[in-house]
Amino acid sequence: MADVRITGLHKSYGAVPAVRGVDLEIKDGKFAVLVGPSGCGKSTLLRTIAGLEDATHGTIEIGGEVVNDMRPRDRDVAMVFQDYALYPHMNVARNIGFGLKARKFPRPEIDARVMTAADMLGITQLLERYPRQLSGGQRQRVAIGRAIVRNPQLFLFDEPLSNLDAQLRDEMRGEIKRLHQEIATTMIYVTHDQIEAMTLADRIVLMRDGLIEQQGAPLDLFERPATRFVAGFLGSPKMNFLPGTLMRTGDGDAIRLGGDGASLPLPSGRLLNGAGDGAAVILGLRPEHMTRGAGPAPPDGAVRLDAEIELLQPTGSRTYATFRLGDQPVLAELQAHDVSRPGERIPLDINLRRAAIFDAETERAL
Amino acid sequence: MATASVRRPARRGAPIGRILFLSFWLIFVLAPLYWVFITSIKPSDDYLAVPPVWFPDEPTLVHYTAALFAYRGLDGLVNSLIVSLSATVLSAVLGTLMAYSLARFNTGGKHLAFWVLSQRFLPPVAVILPIFLIYRTLRMTDTHFGLIVAYTVLTLPVSVWMMYAYFRQMPKSMEEAALVDGCTRWQAFWSVAVPLAAPGIVAAAVFAFIACWTEFFFALILTSRDAFTLPTVFRAFIGFQGAQYGEASALAIVSLAPSIALGILAQRHLVRGLTLGAVRG
Repeated sequence: MADVRITGLHKSYGAVPAVRGVDLEIKDGKFAVLVGPSGCGKSTLLRTIAGLEDATHGTIEIGGEVVNDMRPRDRDVAMVFQDYALYPHMNVARNIGFGLKARKFPRPEIDARVMTAADMLGITQLLERYPRQLSGGQRQRVAIGRAIVRNPQLFLFDEPLSNLDAQLRDEMRGEIKRLHQEIATTMIYVTHDQIEAMTLADRIVLMRDGLIEQQGAPLDLFERPATRFVAGFLGSPKMNFLPGTLMRTGDGDAIRLGGDGASLPLPSGRLLNGAGDGAAVILGLRPEHMTRGAGPAPPDGAVRLDAEIELLQPTGSRTYATFRLGDQPVLAELQAHDVSRPGERIPLDINLRRAAIFDAETERAL
Repeated sequence: MATASVRRPARRGAPIGRILFLSFWLIFVLAPLYWVFITSIKPSDDYLAVPPVWFPDEPTLVHYTAALFAYRGLDGLVNSLIVSLSATVLSAVLGTLMAYSLARFNTGGKHLAFWVLSQRFLPPVAVILPIFLIYRTLRMTDTHFGLIVAYTVLTLPVSVWMMYAYFRQMPKSMEEAALVDGCTRWQAFWSVAVPLAAPGIVAAAVFAFIACWTEFFFALILTSRDAFTLPTVFRAFIGFQGAQYGEASALAIVSLAPSIALGILAQRHLVRGLTLGAVRG
């Protein structure tokens, strides 16, 4: 078990930078998820921590020890790969025990540890099989078994669930979370899937173009995104972004949207970081912060609109309804029976207390 | 039903065509082999008899004893085995190491790999004279060692390229998993990369062996009385008194045996190599 501290890490492939100065600290026993779109440098960062790539600049410490010049085998980390990377010429038991054998553990101890790991993952009946005889989920379990059998001080996961079908992915996600609760070892997990990031992480590290865009607890990032990019990346369906102009008058603050110029009054007390009257802003509305209006007046902090629904996408428990605000389409996540058909006009309450507002130019939150 | 009855004659017709085609093909391929075999056991008078003798009345092994002992075919066979096997093993071992280095560490950038292959573009005639002179100075002519070195150099480019292609299409992640698991580079190479590349290594070795086994030119120039190989023995069968068809055929049959045995042996590995890809994904 170990803290991980990364300072000023750069990694370039020739002239192409992949990681451009990352500072990151992960406390002992925490589950950190590196998330971001493809090409953001998250996998490179993970591989550099594992020692499969050399850092161009910066230091990596695991358990208080600088590991930059250590071979992967000496870093005491275990890694689960996207394609599982099982050894096809060895059966499951030998796959799981391979690391122990390479480290010259005595045979009885290897057998005992393999048994414990297999038991933990429910794959004891598969020990004699070869990887080609296993399903995707079983292979993934074996790959995890190979990692936990060594009791490393740090686990690294490189998009381990991306090759699985949706149902199996949900199931394995739960198992990985349970595993972390049981063994409480530091884990770093790379994914491009924001649901995996939200559900698994103690700490999300959201990367973009080789830099950390924002890091923190999942709900912090979700509710208080520092930039438009973070707000757009986390959450499904995506946040709606509406360009507009900030109006600051004696009557209170409001945002006038582009297009037909509808004006949404902001709740009083909303801090706007000193942005002045007439500033170009982007209003961010999460679909779940819109509800069908009921009662004579909207609740405190909300505005009520008369919305004409253009498109309906029922999912069963919820219904996604698209309407227009200004000249922009906006998606609202409503209760299943709030709207019955496209073209219907309904009263819609938008909770502006939870809306995000970004500077249109810097795209940083106000 | 209608479609079934329409299809049935077509189905019945296909095997007949196939059998006919394969029969002709087999005759085309096997007839020369049969003629060589039958000539090797014919009495000398039957070689050019008209009408041709399809099977001799009195088969004889006299050509075999003559070819193997009088013409020293047995010595040539032993020399060929020593030289070809040694060169094959060397070529496979060195080739595997080189190919792995080229594929995984990008040794020598883009150009080294191609330079290795370009060594095959050189016609043997262009290099034989300098090699002969160097060998004479180093007293390596007419030695097993000399021929083994020459054959290793000769077969290495193709071995390297076959395995280079094989290693490049192998996913890196298994070796990386081994490195993180606790292996050194050597261990990862030896216990993960080599077993997975086995079909490629075997295929390259088969090609190398066949190239060595059938090589004539270098053997002719670089050997004389001691280290001569099987192919060079054949030139003794064409002389002033006409061709020794029986002896030549007998030795041809003998020289075929190792190639056929190797082919059967290697086939199992080659087929296993084709199914190896099924492991991933």
